[in-house]
Amino acid sequence: MELLHSGLLQRALLELVILGAACGALGVWLLHLRHAYAAESLAHAMLPGLVLASLAGAPLLLGAGGGVIAAAALIALAARDTRVGSEVAVGVTVTTAFGLGAVLALAPDVPARLGELLFGDLLGASTQDLVAAGVLAALVAGALALGHRSLCAAVFDPAAAPSLGVRPQRVELALLALLAVATVAAVQGLGNLLVFALLVAPAAAAMRLGHSVRSQLVLAAALGAGAGVLGLAVSAEVDIAAGASVALAAVTLYALAALARPAASPRAAGRRRSPVEALGTPR
Amino acid sequence: MTGGPPALQVNGLSASYGPGRPALRGVTFSAAAGQAVAVLGPNGGGKTTLFRALLGELPVAGSVRYGGAPAYVPQTERSRLDFPVSALDVALMGAYARTPWYRRIAASDRALARRALLRVGLGERAAERFGALSGGQRQRVLVARALVQDARLLLLDEPFAGVDRASEDAIMGILDELRAEGRVLLIATHDIEQARDWDRVLCLRGEQIAYGPPAPTLTTEVLEATYGDEIVVLGDGERAVAVQHHAH
Repeated sequence: MELLHSGLLQRALLELVILGAACGALGVWLLHLRHAYAAESLAHAMLPGLVLASLAGAPLLLGAGGGVIAAAALIALAARDTRVGSEVAVGVTVTTAFGLGAVLALAPDVPARLGELLFGDLLGASTQDLVAAGVLAALVAGALALGHRSLCAAVFDPAAAPSLGVRPQRVELALLALLAVATVAAVQGLGNLLVFALLVAPAAAAMRLGHSVRSQLVLAAALGAGAGVLGLAVSAEVDIAAGASVALAAVTLYALAALARPAASPRAAGRRRSPVEALGTPR
Repeated sequence: MTGGPPALQVNGLSASYGPGRPALRGVTFSAAAGQAVAVLGPNGGGKTTLFRALLGELPVAGSVRYGGAPAYVPQTERSRLDFPVSALDVALMGAYARTPWYRRIAASDRALARRALLRVGLGERAAERFGALSGGQRQRVLVARALVQDARLLLLDEPFAGVDRASEDAIMGILDELRAEGRVLLIATHDIEQARDWDRVLCLRGEQIAYGPPAPTLTTEVLEATYGDEIVVLGDGERAVAVQHHAH
């Protein structure tokens, strides 16, 4: 119960519960919209911004935000060339940004070590960091609640969504903006590499277990927060890096969910029709 | 009810997906309240383009006049079957457009959605997951969603493709009721024989080939101009089958 007595651990625990819940719920929509790659890419692409903020002595949140905006602009610019395509544009931009960030981080003047930027510094969270994470997480949760219907229509039936008053492309853009907000909020504590685990693993586990969208959202938030608590407890107990421990806890929860509920049947899982169904009824 | 002034008036409509040659051009037709129009054409002939243009999703030239926003009933396999929503959830989507983002869906709309599911014969399956229903049942749920939208113009994309006989009869019955209520139905179909049962046929192949009542419109010449080598005329020339070539 060391967690309850140390101020450092208490702040880390609170930050993990807040971020885990917000990232978990957001992750459900990211996975339903098949944007896991975007989640990983955005997190990696902000590394140069983090390093530059560290060099300039500016708040890391500012650097993370700037890094995301710069990466999004570069991706949009590269994707305008139809010969390149959006996936290649994302790949090239992210690799370039990550490499640039790593080179900058090797400069002797960088106060924060590369390891801290990549893997986070949960125990270094100040009260200000905690408040910032709380505000950003509340923003994400509020936006998801208000946009619930639009997200449902955009995921379920993008072809018919416009006739239901929903523009799927706008919904996807808004979700990516929320992803950027959540990543900025979580990157300081969990690091550039490990934030992805909290965005994807609890959501993937919840999608195995939940029978409705709402239950998946609630489960993912609970599993995200639970992964934070479990990971921090293990980290304190066996003295390993907290961020890595949280990521491993999140993945372990997913593995347990996958064991408890193996993959869905082909009929429920995809668009494929049986040969008989595809032929239709003879007239 | 198949007479009266036009409830849908389309004049010289062209639609494109971007700069350059339009994907569909020269479409002019009108439909009175209560009329069902079969939209025929080969794959890529412009049926979906016409629907997207009428839904306001594509830049168009020409004029389109109708009352209120149309409802679109897509083919059921275009929906995400792995998304965990119930039949009632899907029917309720018909109320999204009239519900402000900051409000919950009204109780009256919930009652309307339940009635719509009852009307398509799925009242007892309201809580079942959409993806677990049969193809025909899913199509009926999508029709129920259009009923909740309460649109005067319905665009139905091959509503009978891949559905079982019971669902086909149920959908046909609902469409007849909708016509009796004075709604205009545009039904994209590959089934030429079925098209003969509707009030009008619109033949498309990148442009409008023909429009009018089925009997005088669906001539061998019109069908050949619409389908090219994808048409097979049977027997005495009064029956024709569209043979769709699919790319693999």
